[in-house]
Amino acid sequence: MRITREQVEHVAMLARLELSGQEVGEYTRQLDAILEYAAVLEELKTEEIEPTAHVMPLMNVMREDSVRASLSQDQVLRNAPDAENGFFRVPKIV
Amino acid sequence: MMTENRYEMVCGVETHVELATKSKIFCGCSTEFGREQNTQVCPVCEGLPGVLPVLNREVVKLAVRAGLALNCHIAEFSKFDRKNYYYPDLPKNFQTSQYDLPICQNGWLDIRTGEQVKRIGVTRAHMEEDAGKLVHSGETITTSQESYADYNRTGVPLLEIVSEPDMRSIDEVIAYLEQLVGILEYTEVSDCRLEQGSVRFDINVSLRPAGQEVLGTRTETKNLNSFSSVRRCLEYEILRQAEVLDEGGQVIQETRTWDEGRGVTLSLRSKEEAHDYRYFPEPDLVPLVLDRDWIEKVRAELPELPEARYARLQSLGLSAYDAGVLTSSKALGDFFDQAGRHYPDAKNLANWVMGDLTRLLNARQWSVKDALIQPRQLAAMLELIDKGVISGKIAKSVLEDMVVSGKDPEQIVKEKGLVQISDESALLTVIQEVLQAQPKSVEDFRSGKEQALGFLVGQVMKATKGQANPGVVNQLLREQLTEQ
Ligand SMILES: [Zn+2]
Repeated sequence: MRITREQVEHVAMLARLELSGQEVGEYTRQLDAILEYAAVLEELKTEEIEPTAHVMPLMNVMREDSVRASLSQDQVLRNAPDAENGFFRVPKIV
Repeated sequence: MMTENRYEMVCGVETHVELATKSKIFCGCSTEFGREQNTQVCPVCEGLPGVLPVLNREVVKLAVRAGLALNCHIAEFSKFDRKNYYYPDLPKNFQTSQYDLPICQNGWLDIRTGEQVKRIGVTRAHMEEDAGKLVHSGETITTSQESYADYNRTGVPLLEIVSEPDMRSIDEVIAYLEQLVGILEYTEVSDCRLEQGSVRFDINVSLRPAGQEVLGTRTETKNLNSFSSVRRCLEYEILRQAEVLDEGGQVIQETRTWDEGRGVTLSLRSKEEAHDYRYFPEPDLVPLVLDRDWIEKVRAELPELPEARYARLQSLGLSAYDAGVLTSSKALGDFFDQAGRHYPDAKNLANWVMGDLTRLLNARQWSVKDALIQPRQLAAMLELIDKGVISGKIAKSVLEDMVVSGKDPEQIVKEKGLVQISDESALLTVIQEVLQAQPKSVEDFRSGKEQALGFLVGQVMKATKGQANPGVVNQLLREQLTEQ
């Protein structure tokens, strides 16, 4: 196995996902299969290859510092599950 | 303090400074402070699917300028990374930051505490985006049932400046913060409005028994936004850690928060605090490759920095104290320098700027930028005193008028008829009246009491509403008193 149940539970906690015991088992198997598949990359010899930070041969894509119109408050909140008084309302966080 | 003898404190500071751009770091939303909630938000900074961030060129320039002023090495190759964490102040669920290849590294700045100069290392400075603001519904953060999120600040460009753990006293920490903020202000990298949260400090501090080499366990207190909070926070945290160690306990490595009202630091231990950010290269942004010539061009454009001004002002004949005051406020120092172009006596100018002008500004809680007076107008007023047109006393009221009206001193003097009376015949009339009204003082002076003369001068000044030339009055009075 390339991934443990504990690791899946840890990642789920970090992502604020509540998983049942059965789901943890299921995702452990599925993630393991994905990692197994990607492990084929480990066979490549990469010692003499420069590390790449990006897949495209691009650099220095920048914009000028100019203000453009933002969305209206209505538009910003349109997809909010809960909102009040122009704010997104979220559960207590501490 | 006992603590300082038994334990040595070791402190490093992380400073988050908002860069002075018009628009956010990866989108065109305005960075203006204080607008209505959720009105400076767009799909990019809200992290909606399918959007592409594009780096703001000005952010790079300001970051490089700050890095150079902090004597950093500027990376010719740097990149952005995603710092992943789930918290409602972050709509994207990751913060775009720089992890292993920051734009600035290995710098330093010199701090002064008393006569001592000490070099503090700057480990790195990197670009990142600010998070949003959470407002809590209850009385306090712990009693609130809900939080309200405002994403106007999400995506405002920040430079995070990380110091080495080089500071060994609270005074050194404050000196570092003052020096750092001064440099950021002088280079105009940030507006440095601490009260608006545009500069925030995270304080890492630990104690170790005096003489011990190995570092103790540190705590990190986050999000302080004034020098006085940092000082009080450190005073509290050092005592707290010393108590733990005295009782044979162990300091827990943790993040703490500063409660300004109660003056204590509180633990923020919770699941959310798991420092597992799983950084990976930001796939939506391409690397940043800087040209050496361009970096040198930015360096050449750096303005005079605080240390250089401090030295220059002393070379003009100002005391270390005066030079320090005029350096610590850039606005006041700029005012002094601009006035100095029109007026040669630096010491006299400094006295007026730091004395009467500052007093008038403080009374109104103004910065010198809020006042209407222009530097060349102060210079002109000092010329009027030097030429004997107005007395120093009259000048004080002229200055007050200039501060609020922005009028030229000549105009104020003319409009209010404040020209100093140096005309001997006009003054003689007044002097005769005063001498007749004050026979006792006249008698006193003639019997050898010199101080009676001062009283009589005062009476003449009073009778002329301060407009008499004190030198002339003095001389005429003496003549009259000895003649008769
Ligand atoms: Zn935006």
